[in-house]
Amino acid sequence: MADAPFGLLAELTHRCPLQCGYCSNPLELVRRDAELATEDWRRVFDQARSLGCLQIHLSGGEPLLRPDLPELVAHANSLGCYVNLVTSGVGLSRDRLRSLASLGVDHVQLSLQDATREGNDRIAGIKAFDRKVEAAAHVLDEGLPLTVNTVLHRQNLDNIAGIITMAERMGAERLELANTQYYGWALRNRAVLLPTREQLAVADPIVAAAQERLRGRMEIVYVIADYHEAHPKPCMYGWGARQLTVAPNGDVLPCPAATVISSLEIENVRDSSLHDIWHHSPSFNAFRGFEWMKDPCRSCPRKEVDFGGCRCQAFQLTGDAATTDPVCSLSPDRSTVDLILETEMKPAEVPAMAMRKMQ
Amino acid sequence: MTIALDAVPRIRRGVKCTYDQIREAHVVLFPEGVLVLNETAASVVALCDGVRSIGDIAVALADEYAGVEPGDVTSLVARMVERRVVDVDG
Repeated sequence: MADAPFGLLAELTHRCPLQCGYCSNPLELVRRDAELATEDWRRVFDQARSLGCLQIHLSGGEPLLRPDLPELVAHANSLGCYVNLVTSGVGLSRDRLRSLASLGVDHVQLSLQDATREGNDRIAGIKAFDRKVEAAAHVLDEGLPLTVNTVLHRQNLDNIAGIITMAERMGAERLELANTQYYGWALRNRAVLLPTREQLAVADPIVAAAQERLRGRMEIVYVIADYHEAHPKPCMYGWGARQLTVAPNGDVLPCPAATVISSLEIENVRDSSLHDIWHHSPSFNAFRGFEWMKDPCRSCPRKEVDFGGCRCQAFQLTGDAATTDPVCSLSPDRSTVDLILETEMKPAEVPAMAMRKMQ
Repeated sequence: MTIALDAVPRIRRGVKCTYDQIREAHVVLFPEGVLVLNETAASVVALCDGVRSIGDIAVALADEYAGVEPGDVTSLVARMVERRVVDVDG
């Protein structure tokens, strides 16, 4: 039997007031009428706890758009789970936060799109900056720990020092600076988002210096731009190893982007239990452990470090989900990534950002 | 990092200590992390109350476990500080 998972990423809805063009949600967003009902989510949380999950990340889309959020927070808390609210901050009034905190939210993760009001609101597609600043103040007033999440890309990477300053001002204990990973909307907008080597060369030491300067006050987690690296990321720390995702419609995913692998047969919480899906489903067992690997991964000592990289990326860029992540310098498909970098880092004509919207 | 024997450890804000019936172990839950504790570590964490010093904790544990040295408590607390589960004053 596989080890028990530690976390459940509950994507309560794909609806969101923001329209960020790097959103990792799929292009085909789940519509409101296909979302799980309150009793479904309660059952999912019960099953997740029985399976071993100790953390429930309430995410989306924007989880505040679910009217049953208070009930779901209380239920997750009653199971003894650590409850993490992942939000844009839009709609997080003082009263709303106070109520959610009293019901059991343990930690708030707040997205920030850029260092300035103008940059933030341009990327988000709506006026959200001031509301984020207010939401951060409410989180602090309530005594909850705050993480600020910023997705980095060509449009905001030059402002990295300002983003770090902004997170400090907001009172964050943690700052996640995650270079864009290219799935869903981000893949569609890759030619607008891919950072240049020069941008990364300037940003990397700024982040390293801030990590040193802020040690003990604000932890900075830096997620690399994997297309530019020689080795892939340790995606999900292995397929079906630590965490599972339930999409708004009840689809159960080994990683939030796994719907891109069209050959994968996705199970749903309406038909099976999380226990059966985690332990016995073909989708969760497809790339578990090391047996599925081909060379160069199979005989590579790094397989226990990076687990062969990302299955979704392998599928998207090569059509084969079981091949080495093509960002790896040892991959026979690395030239595909190099070609993308060459043509999309500095495109002759930059396309307009496709804003994330429900069709 | 070095931690003095008179330093006073305290569980950080936003960190939840609980017992997991599924794994039959004490666990520490914090933003984006879970620590599964062995019995000794669980006893140390339970005494990180912002009042007792490392030395006090070592004395308290010596009654319960034979051979617990203050150095063992110091290194365990240092690992907890590294994982941002515990803060130390003093």
